[in-house]
Amino acid sequence: MPRTLVDKLWDEHTVADLGDGATLLYIDRIFLHERTGSVSLKGLAEAGRKVLHPEQVFCTMDHIVDTFPGRGDETVMPSGKDFIVTTRKAAIGAGINLFDIGDERQGIVHVVSAEQGITLPGFTQVCPDSHTCTLGAVGALAWGIGSTEGEHALATKTLVANKPKAMRVKFDGILPYGVTSKDMVLFLIGKYTAAGGSGHAIEFTGQGITALPQESRFTLCNMAVEFSAFTGLIPPDDTTFNYLMGRPYAPRNEAWDAALAYWGTLKSDSSAVFDAEISIDCANIAPLISWGTSPGHAVAIDGTVPDPETAADDDEKAAWARALEYMDLLPGDKLEGLSIDAAFIGSCTNSRLSDLREVAKVVKGRHVAEGIKAIVVPGSSQVKKLAEDEGIDGVLIKAGFEWRESGCSMCFFAGGEHFGERERVISSTNRNFENRQGPKTRTHLASPTTVAASALAGKIADVRKLGSDS
Amino acid sequence: MQPFTKLTAIAAPLLRINIDTDAIIPSKEMKSVGKHGLSAGMFAHWRYNDPGNRVENPEFVLNEEPYRRAGILLTGRNFGCGSSREHAVWAMREWGFRVIVAPSFGAIFRGNCVRNGILPVVLKDNVIKSLSAEVQANPHINRITLDLPKQILISAGGISYNFDIAPADKEMLVEGLDPIGITLKRDEDILAFTRADRVRRPWVYL
Repeated sequence: MPRTLVDKLWDEHTVADLGDGATLLYIDRIFLHERTGSVSLKGLAEAGRKVLHPEQVFCTMDHIVDTFPGRGDETVMPSGKDFIVTTRKAAIGAGINLFDIGDERQGIVHVVSAEQGITLPGFTQVCPDSHTCTLGAVGALAWGIGSTEGEHALATKTLVANKPKAMRVKFDGILPYGVTSKDMVLFLIGKYTAAGGSGHAIEFTGQGITALPQESRFTLCNMAVEFSAFTGLIPPDDTTFNYLMGRPYAPRNEAWDAALAYWGTLKSDSSAVFDAEISIDCANIAPLISWGTSPGHAVAIDGTVPDPETAADDDEKAAWARALEYMDLLPGDKLEGLSIDAAFIGSCTNSRLSDLREVAKVVKGRHVAEGIKAIVVPGSSQVKKLAEDEGIDGVLIKAGFEWRESGCSMCFFAGGEHFGERERVISSTNRNFENRQGPKTRTHLASPTTVAASALAGKIADVRKLGSDS
Repeated sequence: MQPFTKLTAIAAPLLRINIDTDAIIPSKEMKSVGKHGLSAGMFAHWRYNDPGNRVENPEFVLNEEPYRRAGILLTGRNFGCGSSREHAVWAMREWGFRVIVAPSFGAIFRGNCVRNGILPVVLKDNVIKSLSAEVQANPHINRITLDLPKQILISAGGISYNFDIAPADKEMLVEGLDPIGITLKRDEDILAFTRADRVRRPWVYL
């Protein structure tokens, strides 16, 4: 019986078939962070239970920590220190691997897990964070859970799960100049709506995918959850193996050879049947920009805000109308040329070294427009260090960007640093929900290079129209 | 966890689509490490004109009588999409919701519901709209009943609607079970798996 990659990973991790469609699955890696991991560890301890195999459990500080240089336990967010201190104490008590503030391995959970070689092809991995699907980009089955399921995974090394349906999204052809994997996934969600992947695990395939460098693949899989998918994954290939080789937690020597041989089997059988299929021609994708309050509210950079009258149904019409009011936009408004107040480059979506290199290329020798607050937050302390080794920080600072310590930062407003009321922000993040980046803050999602070009212009800009790289 | 079998309660209609967990519990409202004290922050940006000072917006449905005492929410598709924060469920449970009826749910949110004594009921959008209309005609009197063992929702007018629910989820809610305790009874299975797996995939085991 031909199997998809998800079928194979599901079968290979089945501890027991529980009947009625439920499986007890073995979980290879659990990653926690200080915002929701503390609750899981606390709940476990209160129930008198221990973490099973703490050596396979990891924890970072990313969501609540400030990103100002010299940051520590004291946070702008009131009570932030409680989360940090509680998590630290619980993590040390449980004997799990902790990447604390000041540790060179610290960073955003879904950046760190990959760059440390913690997530490997064929692994099952969970984290109490919805963007865990990011890690599917190395061919792992990785998905977000709540804190209570987190407790279950910590205590038993398993989870009870129902296998999702299978969707294949094929990107054919070659990406045009100036277009990134961020635009690919915004295009997918824009075309098929934020609920388009509901109930499905998505396998991304096609020439447009295999041509992507590894870091770009993380961006794509990161937003599978915004498509309401269970997760997204990409079968591992030489690009993946070259990325992983030599990373701290990746196998070495004979173990590497054995793993490599196994990883080569991690693809769907050629005659495997998917429950749903989508085909996209990369040639049709331009740099995208969101206009509303759902990641599905996105158009090409040279497009216009749609009219709610053209929405698919009355509910969507109401949602669009509400979004337009929140964003202070009218049907037919052009997005290119819209004035902005701030630009943010960071988050588990786009904060890796390759993202920062591309941004540096765009801004080198140029300067952020007057009055624009522009911030770059590297995805991890490792990324920060490597970027500094290459002089990227110097380029960005000279261009008028703030250069920060790593963390989730202003992707969302937890009571700490945030964007101002009604400010219009262009952001390389993954969610443009109402009030997410600040009170009544208006978020426009885009690729990091689109964000960079817009910061330079002081308005939403098409990166393709800038002069050639210096 | 308290078992859930039958319930008759006031139902509040909030028929927007794609209500995300940031709306249900803004990040700023997640102030402490625990699971409690969240209900005041539930839907903070909609319930309050000024979330900081808790000045109520009288036009938001959950601030109106009798919806202030609703135990059931009727809502639009993709409810609970976005962030995995279980705090969204904890806030709603603490506020008093025991049932949410929607055409579809964010997957992580749905899983969080059944682990916290909230029953997620999937019904067609047109059914939910007609339930809402009936409730709004006389919300004090027109209450909705849920019978989880029979998997039926009964409208105020007495019409029964069947709903599906995964057997494991139903059992968890009906029995008020402790999922970790149940799984730990399978420790033999887990041990057998890891024994074989260590040979097959030694690189997993650090």
